[in-house]
Amino acid sequence: MLDKNGIAKRIAKEVKDGYYVNLGIGIPTLVANFVRDDIEVEFQSENGVLGMGPFPFEGEEDADIINAGKQTITTLPGASFFDSATSFAMIRGQHVDLTILGAMEVSEQGDIANWKIPGKMVKGMGGAMDLVASAENIIVAMMHTNRAGASKLLKSCSLPLTGVGCVKTIVTNMAVLEVTPKGFQLLERAPGVSVEAIQAATEGTLIVEGDIPEMQL
Amino acid sequence: MINKKVDTISEALNGVRNDMTFMFGGFGLSGIPENAIAQLVKLNVKGLTCISNNAGVDDFGLGLLLQQKQIKKMISSYVGENDEFERQMLSGELDVELIPQGTLAERCRAAQAGFPAIFTPAGYGTEVAEGKEVREFDGKMYVLEHAFKADFAFIKAWKGDAAGNLIFKGTARNFNPNMCGAAKVTVVEVEELVPVGSLDPNQIHIPGIFVQRIFQGTNYEKRIEQRTVRPKPEV
Repeated sequence: MLDKNGIAKRIAKEVKDGYYVNLGIGIPTLVANFVRDDIEVEFQSENGVLGMGPFPFEGEEDADIINAGKQTITTLPGASFFDSATSFAMIRGQHVDLTILGAMEVSEQGDIANWKIPGKMVKGMGGAMDLVASAENIIVAMMHTNRAGASKLLKSCSLPLTGVGCVKTIVTNMAVLEVTPKGFQLLERAPGVSVEAIQAATEGTLIVEGDIPEMQL
Repeated sequence: MINKKVDTISEALNGVRNDMTFMFGGFGLSGIPENAIAQLVKLNVKGLTCISNNAGVDDFGLGLLLQQKQIKKMISSYVGENDEFERQMLSGELDVELIPQGTLAERCRAAQAGFPAIFTPAGYGTEVAEGKEVREFDGKMYVLEHAFKADFAFIKAWKGDAAGNLIFKGTARNFNPNMCGAAKVTVVEVEELVPVGSLDPNQIHIPGIFVQRIFQGTNYEKRIEQRTVRPKPEV
């Protein structure tokens, strides 16, 4: 079973040379730490920066330079700042190549829920609805089950949706899966995790064809 | 040169009344119009509808207006950093409309650019699209979203001149340029009010035509919400 860094490490392998990438808050943010350093990738943050760098050195933080998580950041050579409409033009106009975000639930139709738990958590969707409605290439990074042990890969989502039919790939602490018309196709297992264990943790339809390889990290 | 400069904050906010709709630039606490918010607290106008990506924190930004119960309705995309906000929302004192961040930006830009509405794919199939017109273009579904109508837009820029030309800094730019000219009156506060002619026309982010009033801001706190740093390497 992978930890959060393990999930991020596996997803980092999907980040290709020349990609513009939007990373959501949580596990997705960790992906930046594992991208190969022999390829050129630019990270976009929807509050208005392309070419995000690491956190600033102590004492060099600037209230005017933050990411979508409101964290102080730095920029790399070639970076740019822009307004919110331009930022979402990049997203809605499909200029961003890859979107990686977290989820509370994903359905086997590719629906995603990650913004609201009625009566419990009402924080808002931020840019998530724009991202999932427009991105061609969406990877969901999440734990396979919630804290109560219930599956987060469902026949249909129970929480209010963020987007419909938009998720293509899911990387969890147990597996890599692809959303297909027939259900969740199992592509890879996390090291030491059996197909049976993945099946038991997946409420939605799981399609297992042939030998399922272990993830290469 | 058409002069937009006003000398006092009371002149800058002249005309604000109870029950008006205001736009506020800013993302989190970055690029918020601190001076205008402080003056609205002082004026204690009530029944406000506020269009702003976030609602500030408990003791800063729009949180200051929430404390005094000046806000009737918030239109935002993310409000997760404010306990008083949550309390007022759950008790029903505060009406809240949560909308996607890109839709918020584009409803401002539409108002600025003279479009009555726009179609966006964001929110299709979710509760955000309930009761709204949807339409298919090239096999994909879109939701009709209307341009905002606001009385005042309160903007924070880095540098500006008396002609109303503006330059923003870093990610403090965010919604500010999209809200300029999107309300009946656009009021801009700047960190540095510079002499007309000293800004390079090639570098202007927002031309003065979108601005009605501009003033030199004071006492910027520029709070950081999430101070994330890494240790300096030993030399």
